[in-house]
Amino acid sequence: MAYPPVLALRGVSKRFGGVHALVDVELQIRAGEVVALVGDNGAGKSTLVRAISGVGPADKGVIEWEGHLVQIKRPHDAQALGIATVYQDLAMCDNLDVVGNLFLGREIDRMGILDEVEMERRARELMRTLSIRIPDVRMPVAALSAGQRQAVAISRSLMAAPKVLLLDEPTAALGIEQTSHLLDLVEELRDHGLAVLLISHNMGDIKAVADRVAVLRLGRNNGLFDVNTTSQEQIISSITGAADNAVAHRTTRDEEAWP
Amino acid sequence: MDAVSATSGRHPRTRGRNMNLRGYADAFRARLRLGERGPILVALGLVVIWLVFQSLDDNFLSPRNLSNLSVDIVGTGLVAVGIVFVLLIGEIDLSVGSVSGLAGAAFAVLNVNLGMPEWLALIVAMLSGMAVGAVHGFFFAWVGVPAFVVTLAGLLAWNGLTLFLLGASGTISLDEEGLVASLTSSYFGAAAAAYGLAALGIAAYFLVSHRNRNRHKAAGMPHRSLSEIWVRTGVLALIALAAAYTLNQFQGLPLALLIFLTIIVASDYILRRTRYGRRVYALGGGIEAARRAGVGVARVRILMFMVSGTLAAIGGLFVASGLTSASPTTARAAGSGMLLINAIAAAVIGGTSLFGGRGSTWSALLGVLVIESIASGMALLGVQDAVQFMITGGVLLAAVTADTLSRRSAGARDRA
Repeated sequence: MAYPPVLALRGVSKRFGGVHALVDVELQIRAGEVVALVGDNGAGKSTLVRAISGVGPADKGVIEWEGHLVQIKRPHDAQALGIATVYQDLAMCDNLDVVGNLFLGREIDRMGILDEVEMERRARELMRTLSIRIPDVRMPVAALSAGQRQAVAISRSLMAAPKVLLLDEPTAALGIEQTSHLLDLVEELRDHGLAVLLISHNMGDIKAVADRVAVLRLGRNNGLFDVNTTSQEQIISSITGAADNAVAHRTTRDEEAWP
Repeated sequence: MDAVSATSGRHPRTRGRNMNLRGYADAFRARLRLGERGPILVALGLVVIWLVFQSLDDNFLSPRNLSNLSVDIVGTGLVAVGIVFVLLIGEIDLSVGSVSGLAGAAFAVLNVNLGMPEWLALIVAMLSGMAVGAVHGFFFAWVGVPAFVVTLAGLLAWNGLTLFLLGASGTISLDEEGLVASLTSSYFGAAAAAYGLAALGIAAYFLVSHRNRNRHKAAGMPHRSLSEIWVRTGVLALIALAAAYTLNQFQGLPLALLIFLTIIVASDYILRRTRYGRRVYALGGGIEAARRAGVGVARVRILMFMVSGTLAAIGGLFVASGLTSASPTTARAAGSGMLLINAIAAAVIGGTSLFGGRGSTWSALLGVLVIESIASGMALLGVQDAVQFMITGGVLLAAVTADTLSRRSAGARDRA
């Protein structure tokens, strides 16, 4: 690669008491790339997301942002760098409309009075750019379908113009059609040059949009695959630990382990 | 432009530019489903109540009775406005009745017994309400004690303090000509006052709607049609001018009503049009979302209890003004919870949700009109307290049930 990855993790470890949740985890994401993060329950996916988003900082390890060493100790640090996270619970205000949710915490006002017209205009523009179909940006979020809510949550995270987007199980609650809309959105974002880390259980989703798949098993890297050249069985056996770990060793070999 | 047609063409509930009657009906039904029962239903209920009482007693809709009603609602109404603030963040303040009693007693003791100037005693009484709210807010937001327990303790404790303050002197009569007494006894007799206020409200509503429409239109977004704005303004004008006419048939525009309306308009504006207000609604809609968006949850919570305490104190001063006295009897009545229940009932009947995030301070006006109309009508008919209590309780239960059901159906849609 000619330029460094936008986000690189090296030797990231985290323990909760005696439990090693993450051990020397490596991960790299480049701009315009979708990396899927997969693993069994308890493999450490959520812990890794929390470490990147600053909610639960890692105990040790190095995080590089565009080739520079950075510290992520608080959610604010991650946001300041340009890392946006959409959690599984979405955390939306059901009573506010789409515009209100998009601009929550970053309202536009003129002399202290909310500029609803400008916010609505930008919200419509954003929805159009991302080809998100919702009945009306003035509808309360409570009235939207699960897929529409997910799309709104993602667009809200884009308000800060991030470079890396973490999506935690975005399709878990969605039906087939909604899922396909969401995957379209993820591709759209990738084409806009965003680096996307997609946490998912669903092999279909991963095959559809991911460029690479990083497997976690028992808190450790257990393989990094190119989606186009790897069979589904190979990935699954890597998740369950049934695979011979040669692939894992081969792909992580050139990345220095943290001492 | 094309985005507009792209969305409104596909979805019937969009606020489109060429909405026909069916579109409005659909939009209305959608709003009902979402738990915004709409002030229209409550207003219809109010009309029914008025017609029933008028048919039972010719004096009910007389200018004199309606004018008195417009003054009587203010004490409870202001307490209800405070309750709305707390309900919006999904909490409850059970102490407001006691706090209103405390403010009245504090004013009476300071002014009459200790000779403090009226304006200063008034400010101290209001600040006492704010301080009480701050104490509740601290225990709730910082210590983490559930709000209903904190304020339940407050209900008893502040009522105790009120009785303690009044204990030495018993009933204290306020100066009949004084500042506080004049709060409920002053009228702007000139006909121009009531009509002027009505005209001001109508003009402001029209101009704001019109300007909003033009800005939406200029930005190429869906906007209300001019005819819709005219119809809405017309309905508002009808109500405002009828009210002004009725008030002028008696003694003119009551000062108390003017203060009440001013506080409602100002608080509604702050809640809906500023970032501070947006944070209040956000907190009621989802604590986690609000926190992640950078809302200072503890700060907003404490502030809401301070607002509620302050408005309870102001409401208490209007109650004391109406009685021109502060007495242990009324203090005990305040502590017994009638004012509290009426205020909560008013807020909920008016359309503010007990579950947070939905409602406006206008609901305090609408709800308190319903509550006090029932009370006033039954007083005219000579119905005994016992029956009145049962009816008010029934109305409160009905309002809360409607709130719960609408929330449940909205939630069911949400999970579907």
